[in-house]
Amino acid sequence: MNLLAATLAVPLIGFFVVLFVPRGKAPFFAALTATVVAFFVSLGLVAPAAASGSQFTSVVNASWVDTPGLRIRFHLGIDGISLWLVLLTTLLVPIAVWISRTMIKERQKNFFALLLLFEFGIIGVFSALDLFVFYVFWEVALVPMYLMAGGWGGSRRGPAAVKFFVYTMLGSVLMLASIIYLHSEAGTFDYVEIMNAIGSGRVTLAPSQQMLLFLGFFAAFAVKVPIFPLHTWLPDTYTEAAMPATFLLAAVMSKMGAYGLIRYCLTITPAAAHRCATWVAVLAIIGIIYGALIALMQSNIKRLLAYSSISHLGFVVLGIFTLSQQGADGAVYQMIAHGISTGALFLLAGYLEERRGSLEIADFGGIATSAPGLATAFMVTLFASIGLPALCNFIGEFLVLQGAALTKFSWAAWAATGVILSAAYMLWMYQRTFFGKANERAGTFTDLSARDWAPVMPLILLMVWLGSYTQSFMPPIDSAAAHLLEQTNMNNQYRVELAHPVPSQLAEAARAH
Amino acid sequence: MPISVHVTGADYLRFLPEIVLTVFGVAVMMLEAVASQGKKSSLGVLALVGIAIAFAANLWAYTDGGAAFESMIVVGGYGTFFRALVLVVGFLCILTSFSYLEREGAQTGEYYALILFSLVGQCILSTANDLIMVFIGLEISSIATYILAGFLRDDRRNNESALKYFLLGSFATAFLLYGIAWIYGLVGSTNLEEIRRILAQGAPISPIAGLAAALMFVGFGFKVSIAPFQVWAPDVYQGAAAPVSAFMSAGPKAAAFAIFFRVFMISFRPINDRWVWLVWGCALATMIIGNFAALLQTNVKRLLGYSSIAHAGYVLIALTASSQVGVAAAMFYLASYALMNIGAFAVVSHVAARNERYVKIEDLAGLGRREPATAALLAIFVFSLIGVPLTGGFFAKFYVFQAALNSHLVWLTVLGLINSAIAAYYYLKIIVAIYMHDPGTATTELPPPSAGLRVAIWASALGTLFLGIFPGTLLSFVSYSARALR
Repeated sequence: MNLLAATLAVPLIGFFVVLFVPRGKAPFFAALTATVVAFFVSLGLVAPAAASGSQFTSVVNASWVDTPGLRIRFHLGIDGISLWLVLLTTLLVPIAVWISRTMIKERQKNFFALLLLFEFGIIGVFSALDLFVFYVFWEVALVPMYLMAGGWGGSRRGPAAVKFFVYTMLGSVLMLASIIYLHSEAGTFDYVEIMNAIGSGRVTLAPSQQMLLFLGFFAAFAVKVPIFPLHTWLPDTYTEAAMPATFLLAAVMSKMGAYGLIRYCLTITPAAAHRCATWVAVLAIIGIIYGALIALMQSNIKRLLAYSSISHLGFVVLGIFTLSQQGADGAVYQMIAHGISTGALFLLAGYLEERRGSLEIADFGGIATSAPGLATAFMVTLFASIGLPALCNFIGEFLVLQGAALTKFSWAAWAATGVILSAAYMLWMYQRTFFGKANERAGTFTDLSARDWAPVMPLILLMVWLGSYTQSFMPPIDSAAAHLLEQTNMNNQYRVELAHPVPSQLAEAARAH
Repeated sequence: MPISVHVTGADYLRFLPEIVLTVFGVAVMMLEAVASQGKKSSLGVLALVGIAIAFAANLWAYTDGGAAFESMIVVGGYGTFFRALVLVVGFLCILTSFSYLEREGAQTGEYYALILFSLVGQCILSTANDLIMVFIGLEISSIATYILAGFLRDDRRNNESALKYFLLGSFATAFLLYGIAWIYGLVGSTNLEEIRRILAQGAPISPIAGLAAALMFVGFGFKVSIAPFQVWAPDVYQGAAAPVSAFMSAGPKAAAFAIFFRVFMISFRPINDRWVWLVWGCALATMIIGNFAALLQTNVKRLLGYSSIAHAGYVLIALTASSQVGVAAAMFYLASYALMNIGAFAVVSHVAARNERYVKIEDLAGLGRREPATAALLAIFVFSLIGVPLTGGFFAKFYVFQAALNSHLVWLTVLGLINSAIAAYYYLKIIVAIYMHDPGTATTELPPPSAGLRVAIWASALGTLFLGIFPGTLLSFVSYSARALR
């Protein structure tokens, strides 16, 4: 059996199992089993994808709709970029299940069902090779997340979740318009076929067409990342949602947009991507600095982390739109690193909230003495997040800055201020929370139990591993990104040199290939 | 001129669904007089049997398709599709009506007979190939529906609903009839293909033909509730009994669209360039008015009324595309719209309780906790109305916009898609109420849904999901049948 199909099927089966088991403990165990099994199955994807790097492996290709005029194939595959994103998802969802057991107080069964449906959607997004299928998974991931964010959490969660859904929907419908338009031009939804057609010159998109297509895709991805100034849904949604939902929003869902940018915006519409690169990079840099400055002023830990997330994701977008090898490598590496470090931060914030019932910084203080374990874990994660060498974010941010410096030095200079600012707001928050005089109103503060450590430990190990031994992760990313940039540049060149059409034999050969 | 009509058995076969429905409708009417008060619901069962037989007859007629009664009607994939659609709509609406009528103390045979008669009219509209048949079908369908809208005689809102519908509806029919008269005066025929043939010949008559087309556009526009003829729809849907609103928004609307498309895509095709911009503007106005007005609603039935206007706008986009893909998209759209809308109205009629006391959005609060299954099914309908993938509503929207882009209607597509995203806002209010609020008085006192209602809701939900996950079967059929309109 195809391992990718299995990775996708397990959460879906889990979803139906959770729907039909009785309330109580059963949904938790069913969800945990399904997500853990999905994780171990997904480990099998590593070897083939790492071996090939730039080519799609574990390919699933079955007919879904086959009528004259509309042919949709259920086409999935994994390359070096999607590999780690799928693994990030299958690793983090079991952790979300684990912490939901205590952090979600009511209607757990519904929550677990939605969680599994969400995992199904996200894995599909990261592995879809058919634009129609991609769109379907994109929305399938959105609906359960909307229901999770709106169904559990703070008192203003309802309006926050609606804002999230409508914002995202406005972006996605424009992407849908682009997808349909592309279909009418290329005659297929299949990403691989489209790339071959563009590469061989069978389909040429004029610069104006590319710009329309690019803007449609960009709208959907920019809202999801989010890129400044489309970020306004994020702080409300992150703050109001229950912690497991916020954990997944920040750690996994924000990668959907970045993944879309690198996979589709660069390759399908290279000319437009080149033309817009400066603007997008500037927006990304504004996001980096703006997010960090606002984070500096926050009095609530969850809100602070939300804004810090905007800032860190700016690096990912900047890296992609430097259109350089280092930038792309760094962006993908940063996606993984951000998923793990920010995920861990929200997870630890969840423990703080469980213990104190609030996340206002003013309600804490001096808790390092009574909870040294929590303080240590938080410290390590925080260092990883601000990009200390030998921890995960350092590699990504360094490569992104390097790529930016190569493309335009001032970009790197501006973006680097974000790194400094992130150290400032994080350490200041840490100091006010964990050190200083103990808050008198607060009672005792218990340290992390073994059950609390269980999800934290693997994340900390990964932060160190990602930060100190890049060789385990980088090669597939590197070769996939190189392939992607090569396609982008070639298609762009080809478009620019349209005056000299490719000899027909070459096109023929490409078709035969 | 002596008229000699040669009628064969095949003619009767092609008209068999209408005959079956009429026979059963009359039978229900007769038995109404003799049935005892407790047995009235068995008349509903009889009506269901009638619809099932008509459905089978419809399929049988399809096996021997072609024109009948001197080309007054024509049975092909297109007509068969719409006949089947309205029959399914009638079936599901009768299923939701049993417990509703019981609750309101209005269990009578007339109700079921009226639905059957209305279906006769809609079946005629589905297959009509002559303007005379168009008029007859529209009147049979409408008159029965007017009465259904005011069926609960003692209810003030019901009376208002029926009166509004009747007055405005008759006015619109007059426009239609006037348009038919003009066309007959111009070309000397009421046969749809004959009109096309003559219009295609000459330019001199086409300005006046354009005017006639405009008159008929007013008539059809009213029946399918498109802007600027939509004003009646929210009031009527709000005032009528919930199962009747479900019926009106799905069945008569689908049938009216069927003939709207047939007349404009066949007869008025030669003067296409005269009306297509009018339709463009109306499609946009309809979507905008429907969606923005719905944003402000607190009554679920009224909200669904405005939403039904917005959905008519999307179907109109398919007409603007004026291509076979457009026709196929509209067919698919109307089928999935019928299923999801009936489902939504059925859940509303369940929660509404006696006298429809609970029809505000907040009355749905906490349905997710009280009745998880019903709430989940309502969520499926709502997500389908929004157009989320894996539901019929998504594929329907997708085909419509694909058809529009294939006809290079880029702006209409983009504006339509943005509209559909804005629409998400008001539909989500329903989801917020059922899942994110604590149960209110309406849901805490809620009795479990009756068997008929449950079957209707489940069938609509499964149909909606089926169209979303396996659209291929229906899509092949509609794109094949759409060839009839070229």
